[in-house]
Amino acid sequence: MKFRGKIIDVACLNHFTRVVTTISKLTKICVLRLTPDNLFFVLSGKVANGGVSMWCELSQANFFDEYQMEGVSSEDNEICLEVTPENLSRALKTVQNAKAVKLKLTKKHCPCLTIAAELPTLSSISRVVTHDVPVDVIPRRLWHEFKEPSMPDFDVSIYLPPLKTMKNVVDRMKNLSNFLVMEANLNGEMNLKIETDLVSVTTHFKDLGNPPWGDDASQDGGPSQSRDPEDMAQARVDIRKLQQFLMGQQVNPSKAMCNIVHERVVHLILLHEDVSLQYFIPAVA
Amino acid sequence: MPLSTQSQADDEPYVLVASLDNARNLSNILKSITFKDHAIFSATPNGLKVTVEDSKCMQANAFIQADIFQEFTIKEDLVGFQVNLTVLLDCLNIFGGSTVQGVSTALRMCYRGYGYPLTLFLEEGGVVTVCKINTQEPEEPVDFDFCSNNVTNKVILLSESLKEAFSELDMTSEVLQITMSPSQPYFRLSTFGNSGNAHYDYPKDSEMMELFRCTTTQTNRYKMSLLKPSTKALALSCKVSVRTDSRGFLSLQYLVRNDDGQICFVEYYCCPDEEVEEE
Repeated sequence: MKFRGKIIDVACLNHFTRVVTTISKLTKICVLRLTPDNLFFVLSGKVANGGVSMWCELSQANFFDEYQMEGVSSEDNEICLEVTPENLSRALKTVQNAKAVKLKLTKKHCPCLTIAAELPTLSSISRVVTHDVPVDVIPRRLWHEFKEPSMPDFDVSIYLPPLKTMKNVVDRMKNLSNFLVMEANLNGEMNLKIETDLVSVTTHFKDLGNPPWGDDASQDGGPSQSRDPEDMAQARVDIRKLQQFLMGQQVNPSKAMCNIVHERVVHLILLHEDVSLQYFIPAVA
Repeated sequence: MPLSTQSQADDEPYVLVASLDNARNLSNILKSITFKDHAIFSATPNGLKVTVEDSKCMQANAFIQADIFQEFTIKEDLVGFQVNLTVLLDCLNIFGGSTVQGVSTALRMCYRGYGYPLTLFLEEGGVVTVCKINTQEPEEPVDFDFCSNNVTNKVILLSESLKEAFSELDMTSEVLQITMSPSQPYFRLSTFGNSGNAHYDYPKDSEMMELFRCTTTQTNRYKMSLLKPSTKALALSCKVSVRTDSRGFLSLQYLVRNDDGQICFVEYYCCPDEEVEEE
């Protein structure tokens, strides 16, 4: 197993660092999958993380100037590592000034992702910084847990309102309730609702627009039923999970969408130019 | 006001409807009296009074006159209810309480009467939030029986000067002692804490003293824990009047200017700490 990459462009380095920082806000631990073309940050939904799952995909060519990897075998040309994204983020933040940053899979006292860079100083001699971020290699037999999630059979797909507005509202709602209902219809309307003994609050978003991929993503190609555009699909979720997702967003995505499977799951999709992030929040009773 | 729900609301039998183009003109002043969960709302044709009490020894009132509101319609002489103030503030600030210039949350507050929730319609940037907050039967606020006839001593100070003193007050002192006198030290705040005794003196001819009308020498102590919340109102205000009556009861009245420069009042009443029998 070998991995070696180099980032030269300062904008790419910034962007990569921001992506890793966003991931670190979403989860403490996740899996980093390296393939010849892509990097994936994956969190598989387990009871321990409240059933939330995440899939973040980066095209390596958009970030790395040099990228070489050799997977576990020629058939399984992939590397799967368990990482603590915060450690990666912290390391990357210290090398933002570097002319070039190298990432390498190494074996020190344990397997590590080593980040090395030359940093300019006031004198002519540069300073070399090396971070060894410990990682755990994930054996092949467990790889099936970290596959790309399939698009759920959603009832409604809608574009999200400005994330900042959503975050402000969700932050306040969290003071009032532990659970929130997200509902949306094919008329571009979305409501966020909370209800407790003390108070009920509903925020109405209008004219959001619905993505053009049809109102029924029926995987088996069955007859797509025409759905009443006013009909709301809803899911009740743990408000902290939604808040966590919104807190982590540092950059405005070029597209932000939400798929709702009625009373099952909320599927959030953020698309940037070269990164896509999917986040699944299961519905609670 | 671009609230599409407005026409529906006109048909409903609301006994009270109050609207503001800028919800901060209500939320800021309410924040300054939020030290307990519950507040008693009393609305009359003159406007809105919000009361918060602590252990029957201290009472804070915020007054927002009818003309501060863009719309203030009341169908009865007195409309009263009690709500959870913390919840109300979270609702008023649902869009994050932005302080960006030109961005404000519009508010329409409606109440149908006894047994109904307080309904808030809030709008910012085309997004509408509707809140329904459960109300309770209003408790009878304590009547501190503080009337101008019994006022023995009164000063009006610029808040600037008191803000400094209050920010430096020794909080390890259980009481705040206020001395008012026609002679030295005129107006003195004292604390008795772990750092020792501290005194803040304001001479009667100080620039900060806008009015000085003291007839007798009085020294009264008030529990620090009861007066501490008043610093929020002080922070918001530009002027404060300090009055004591013959019983040693304290009245603090704060003149507050809202975002649009309009004037509102916040008033604190406090009983003297009974342990001290000083004159």
